[in-house]
Amino acid sequence: MVTMSQSEIAVTIRQSMEASIRVLDVHKYYDLGETRVHALRGITMDIVGGEFLAIMGASGSGKSTFMNILGCLDKPSSGTYFLDGIDVSGLSKDELAAIRNRKIGFVFQGFDLLSRTTALENVELPTLYAQVSKEEGEERAREALDLVGLGDRSTHFPSQLSGGQQQRVAIARALVNKPSILLADEPTGNLDSRTSVEIMEILGRLNDAGLTIVLVTHEHDISQFAKRTIQFRDGRVRRDELVVNRQTASEVLKSLPVEED
Amino acid sequence: MDLIAVARIAVRALARNKMRSSLTMLGIIIGVGAVIAMVGVGQGAQQQVQQQIAAMGSNILFVGSGTVTRGGTHMGWGATKTLIYADMLAILRECPAVKAAAPGSNTSTQVVYGNDNWAARINGTEPQYFDIRNWPFREGTSFTQQDVEMAANVAVIGESVRKNLFAATDPLGQTIRIKSLPFKVVGVLAQKGTSAAMGDDQDDVVLVPITTLQKKITGQDWLRWIMVSASSRQASYAAQEQIKSLLRDRHRIRVGQDDDFMVRNLADMADLADQAGSVMTMLLASIASVSLIVGGIGIMNIMLVSVTERTREIGIRMAIGATERNVQSQFLTEAVVLSLIGGAIGIVFGMGASYLITNTLGWVVLGPVHTIAGPR
Repeated sequence: MVTMSQSEIAVTIRQSMEASIRVLDVHKYYDLGETRVHALRGITMDIVGGEFLAIMGASGSGKSTFMNILGCLDKPSSGTYFLDGIDVSGLSKDELAAIRNRKIGFVFQGFDLLSRTTALENVELPTLYAQVSKEEGEERAREALDLVGLGDRSTHFPSQLSGGQQQRVAIARALVNKPSILLADEPTGNLDSRTSVEIMEILGRLNDAGLTIVLVTHEHDISQFAKRTIQFRDGRVRRDELVVNRQTASEVLKSLPVEED
Repeated sequence: MDLIAVARIAVRALARNKMRSSLTMLGIIIGVGAVIAMVGVGQGAQQQVQQQIAAMGSNILFVGSGTVTRGGTHMGWGATKTLIYADMLAILRECPAVKAAAPGSNTSTQVVYGNDNWAARINGTEPQYFDIRNWPFREGTSFTQQDVEMAANVAVIGESVRKNLFAATDPLGQTIRIKSLPFKVVGVLAQKGTSAAMGDDQDDVVLVPITTLQKKITGQDWLRWIMVSASSRQASYAAQEQIKSLLRDRHRIRVGQDDDFMVRNLADMADLADQAGSVMTMLLASIASVSLIVGGIGIMNIMLVSVTERTREIGIRMAIGATERNVQSQFLTEAVVLSLIGGAIGIVFGMGASYLITNTLGWVVLGPVHTIAGPR
């Protein structure tokens, strides 16, 4: 893996430390015929710039719905959501698309790369929707791939990459437009434990360089790499605490045996 | 987002799935190709008929001595003896729409050269006949007006006659015999082939001065026909009317009485052939349009299926910041690019096909612009 120094990463990410999220009494419900299903029942939360937050909870607890709202993929039914001081709940679809494009980076459980598309082109994709020239988009994509240590795999197709490598391409794609927050929805859900820790190591490095990260996971081990955890249950925040005895992924990696195939 | 970026995204998406893209294009390729080929072939056919008629001369009027009824019996074409040389001079003098005219009479008899003989049509006429009919010479020239005045024994022969009498020898300057009279061959006409309109062999003919025919071969002093050329195809209709009324006058035919001559206008025939040709072209084009429509529906279907099939791709694109418009324009651009490329290939393919077909049939091949731009 190509490693970069912290200062290099910080330069590459170039994100603002003021990045912040403020969620005030957010509700989300779905009307299914006669019945109204509540997914979120009043969430209030502040996430300051540079935070590394893990959202935990059983399935059905509303954590994914909350993630979709944070990622501007969905709008709250009521309540307000400020992203970097902007009231996002009042924005139009196209404005939300622009926010997703510039301010938010997504990493999903299933990697969700475009098939038959090289790693480099996958990473370039968000720049196509930003007003970025072809040359600059390609340069940024190469930087982002270097950042996750896949600079030498830029011409590989997703089918030629391992799960961990695909997820790293997805992280590079999330970073290419220099977002202020990175949202990761169960990024290690499809990976074995060693690769999971590797991914967490990358996320940790990015966070150390100043990137705000919100992570959804139901694995307790994974949440221990974050700085703060929030427990969801039945659409409400049940517990909000700082991680004591925080683990560093690089140290855990050393303790894990390297499995030979 | 600017057009270039949209085009870049769409082209990349198409390149990613080459199989699907080329299969989608196939419909349009075949559709456009079929239309181009069919219109090309149709117009080629039309052009062909046009050319044959133009070779006969579309501004030509044929004035024939007419039918006459004697005691209830129709005597048929050429039965009257009222059409005379003076009529031709009058036509030239008094019909403004007429450009030129040549008299004619004919008979059929044996033509002898050495030990060979051949039954041919002998036409008597004047030198301008060749200009009116637009008949080029293979070798030699026409007989002259002087030959006509002197009733000289000179002859111009058609290609069929040359083939049958002069297999290997050069006919120019040779002497053939018609009704035991010697005629010097002064010219050979270029091959014209079978007439599309009449179906007879236009090359099986010997032409001699009208005076020679009348005085030395048939002994008749009336004309069987006058070949008239109008100043243009349009003027030929006026010429037809002018000749009709002039000849009725000169032949003293009373109102209500039948003509003792007939005037046939080749422009009528050209018009008819034109109409038939464009009907054919329209028919072929409309059949081919069906396949074009099917091709278009094919693209529509594939794009529709691909939207449902590619919901994941659309989801990813929207998550990383594509707006609905972006996605819409991407799919639209994909369809347009497919249609354009398919159309371009179809044009090449259709032109190739129409070239092949017209070439096989020995027709004129039309220029691409003409075919693509469609019927006039």
